[in-house]
Amino acid sequence: MKIGIPREVHPGEQRVATTPEVAGQLQKLGFTVAIEAGAGEPANFSDADYAEAGVEIVSDVRALWSASDIIMKVRGPERHPGLNIDESDLLRSGQVLISFLWPAQNPELLETLAAKGITALAMDSVPRISRAQKLDALSSMANIAGYRAVVEAAQHFGRFFTGQITAAGKVPPAKVLVIGAGVAGLAAIGAARSMGAIVRAFDTRPEVKEQVESMDGEFLLLDFEEEGSGTGGYAKVMSEEFIAAEMALFAEQAKEVDIIITTALIPGRPAPELITAEMVESMKAGSVIVDLAAEQGGNCKLTEAGKVVVKNGVTLIGYTDLPSRLAAQSSQLYGTNLRHLLTDMCPEKDGQLVVDFEDEVVRGTTVVKDGEITWPPPAPKLSAAPPKKPPPVAPAPAEPKKPSLIGPALTFGGGALALFGLGLVAPPSFMAHFTVFVLACFVGYMVIWNVTAALHTPLMSVTNAISSIIIIGALLQISSDELWIMLLAGVTVLIASINIFGGFAVTRRMLDMFRR
Amino acid sequence: MPQAIIPSGVVSVAYIGATILFILALGGLSHPESARRGNLFGMIGMALALFATIFGVVTDNFTLLIVMLVVGGAVGLQLARRVQMTQMPELVAILHSLVGLAAVFVGFASFTDPNVHFTGVEKTIHDIEIYIGILIGAITFSGSVIAFGKLSGKISGNPMLLPARHWMNLGLLLVTIWVGGQFVGQSAAGGGMAMLLIMTVLALLFGIHMVMAIGGADMPVVVSMLNSYSGWAASATGFMLSNDLLIVTGALVGSSGAILSYIMCRAMNRNFFSVIAGGFGTTSGSSTGDGEDQGEVIAIDAAETAELLKDAKEVMIIPGYGMAVAQAQHIVHEITRKLRDKGINVRFGIHPVAGRMPGHMNVLLAEAKLPYDIVFEMDEINDDFPKVDVSIVIGANDIVNPSALTDPNSPIAGMPVLECWKGGTTIVLKRGMATGYAGVQNPLFFLDNTRMLFGDARDSLDNVLSNL
Repeated sequence: MKIGIPREVHPGEQRVATTPEVAGQLQKLGFTVAIEAGAGEPANFSDADYAEAGVEIVSDVRALWSASDIIMKVRGPERHPGLNIDESDLLRSGQVLISFLWPAQNPELLETLAAKGITALAMDSVPRISRAQKLDALSSMANIAGYRAVVEAAQHFGRFFTGQITAAGKVPPAKVLVIGAGVAGLAAIGAARSMGAIVRAFDTRPEVKEQVESMDGEFLLLDFEEEGSGTGGYAKVMSEEFIAAEMALFAEQAKEVDIIITTALIPGRPAPELITAEMVESMKAGSVIVDLAAEQGGNCKLTEAGKVVVKNGVTLIGYTDLPSRLAAQSSQLYGTNLRHLLTDMCPEKDGQLVVDFEDEVVRGTTVVKDGEITWPPPAPKLSAAPPKKPPPVAPAPAEPKKPSLIGPALTFGGGALALFGLGLVAPPSFMAHFTVFVLACFVGYMVIWNVTAALHTPLMSVTNAISSIIIIGALLQISSDELWIMLLAGVTVLIASINIFGGFAVTRRMLDMFRR
Repeated sequence: MPQAIIPSGVVSVAYIGATILFILALGGLSHPESARRGNLFGMIGMALALFATIFGVVTDNFTLLIVMLVVGGAVGLQLARRVQMTQMPELVAILHSLVGLAAVFVGFASFTDPNVHFTGVEKTIHDIEIYIGILIGAITFSGSVIAFGKLSGKISGNPMLLPARHWMNLGLLLVTIWVGGQFVGQSAAGGGMAMLLIMTVLALLFGIHMVMAIGGADMPVVVSMLNSYSGWAASATGFMLSNDLLIVTGALVGSSGAILSYIMCRAMNRNFFSVIAGGFGTTSGSSTGDGEDQGEVIAIDAAETAELLKDAKEVMIIPGYGMAVAQAQHIVHEITRKLRDKGINVRFGIHPVAGRMPGHMNVLLAEAKLPYDIVFEMDEINDDFPKVDVSIVIGANDIVNPSALTDPNSPIAGMPVLECWKGGTTIVLKRGMATGYAGVQNPLFFLDNTRMLFGDARDSLDNVLSNL
């Protein structure tokens, strides 16, 4: 099948749905690839690069759309400025369209696509399960957005990120607060940390604390018990008390930090407003706020989507196209996500696309199939996590085992009684030996606890060799006049000496290996 | 009767010297540095004791003695030289059986010795000592032989569970006590040999039955327990012969083995008696044991494993019995060396019951000349897992099973395990999806951050090494 990659028509969109490298890999799957002339230019991939990778360069847009079986784009279909028609009108029945589609926000687009009788796959609808991570374009883009947010902040921030002590004076490090530790938030934490800033992060989901700390950020804890984890790794809406406590924390932080990067999003809702106008006012002049949620209304009241504005000396960055501002990187990651999807959907590697609804990933991603709307998909089976077991009914083993005094007391008491009894009847010679025996047990007890666990095997072989001291018993008997005792003692000497020599020799062999 | 060469006072002094040297020998094992010196002390102590006994006590039959000593010594040295480090548990088990057998022989010889004369209570005590000495010796002997068979694979490692086995054991014990009473009575009248033989047969059966009922995963406990028994057997023999050196040495060995058994049991969070009673993994088996669907495992190939390792900063290697079976310790060392050359911190986490005897893994790693200062105990490194990027589990299963901590119904519930799943990625080397000795399914394999590298451990690691 032929894959066509048109040039993105959205103003300012610099990404492209495939790179020369990815195109080469697609051809290995048996597809032929064609690209609209100049489609890769904004992301610094020239037509010549594509041609070298075996991609056909098509200058006529209509020809490209009509000749392709699969159309791969970044943005969904919209009005083509050059042709003055909607891109969806270029689609023909039976074609497959793969791009970001946002089906929840664009129901009428789905209708249009369904009317065309095509199959559409939305890269934003990839189910969030572990197997699908390699084609999770949202994560790829969020990662880039987080990084770019820090770069944008640095651009507008008048100071170093890292603290320095120079001949010209001391520079304090910049303090960065990242709100929302999802993929974008974590990427921002990592980028800001590696530039030397002090990074704090907040998230309503307490389980991300470890992830934040793994990125070397400081996790701000709210002294409040509420679990903020929703499904699919997103956050959910929190209670009012929680939000109040959260806002107090932000207000306090706003006075202190230089840069705030907000990434808080709740799926299917406008972005929560976390940074109020008063907080912006309380910030130091020259501070920067990057609002990654600007497109969904913004986490900060004052941000304007797509623009950089300065209010009260604070720069508010509301770019909605941060991935596009790192076009080469985004194109490469997005292209690779697409390739993984096609690899999954082309099991025979024969260039034929199979839309297999048994495959959970393909089912979730496909929003229109052969002219029928198949969105929203049925709830994904959680194949990654083991099925939750019913809570243990009777916590039988949890019963606190009190270290009962009765058991040891009985043992010791009984033992002492037995010893006294023994002392009453046993002759003195026996008691002398018995004393030695008990003392030796204690010496053994004291000595053995010091043995390091690594040497337990040598310990056993050496004690084994030592225990063949039993040979002494045989030696005491071997001089007997009775033939049968002599022979028995002789055999005992034989087997005990096997043990003595074997035991010591093998211990030596083992210990010789324990060298630093 | 010819006279001994050394006076008996000197013999006693030599015995005291030997005792002290034995204690120093065990004390020396507290650290690898001093361990070789400790072993040397043990050898000197043994030589001293032998020398003093041969020249101070033995009065006749030197030829037989020397011949037996030389032949036995030669056999022992050969065994020690030939044995593979992976076969160490078998060797130790079979050596234990020799001590047990020796105790039985000495006991019989002492009983029939016409030169020994006791009367009254002393006679009774002496008889009881003989009885107990032979009893422990016989149990040690047959138990060790079965343990040897199980460890070397000659006998199936699965627990053999006879119906009503606990009642059988109890019955055997009662019969043994009754036979003992009969024996003492008959012995006072000059007989008793028949009773002694009956008891010996019973003890042998008991030893066999006891070890047969114990599963492979409990082998470390069994081996150390038999080690302990061989000490008690020597000690009992010492009482029988009124010889303090035997009593002391036997007690040292006996308590050493008992402590090892205790350590092993604690490492598995199990009661000593439940191990001895046998039947591991057969008691509940209700929850995760059945092939419940736990999700998918994610496979990985050797090249990807190598990539993961190269990108890691902290690597933890968790060896298990599978490494011993596959003889993979040398390749593990090669991989470790390569990674350490790249500046990656490679460490080893050893579970106390990994392998088939206490300290088994340490010996194998030492054989591969791995520096012992990167080999750590479970307790030393378990808290470090969150910082570990990649953990490699080589042929281990139950010792990395999270359900030991999470599932109170699991047969291994409460057993401390290496918490590798808290790290970055865990790579599990395994032949297939079979369960471990405990027969418990391992949820670790189904975790998101676990990758399975299927195949023989040695082949897989070979491939990983060539990709590094």
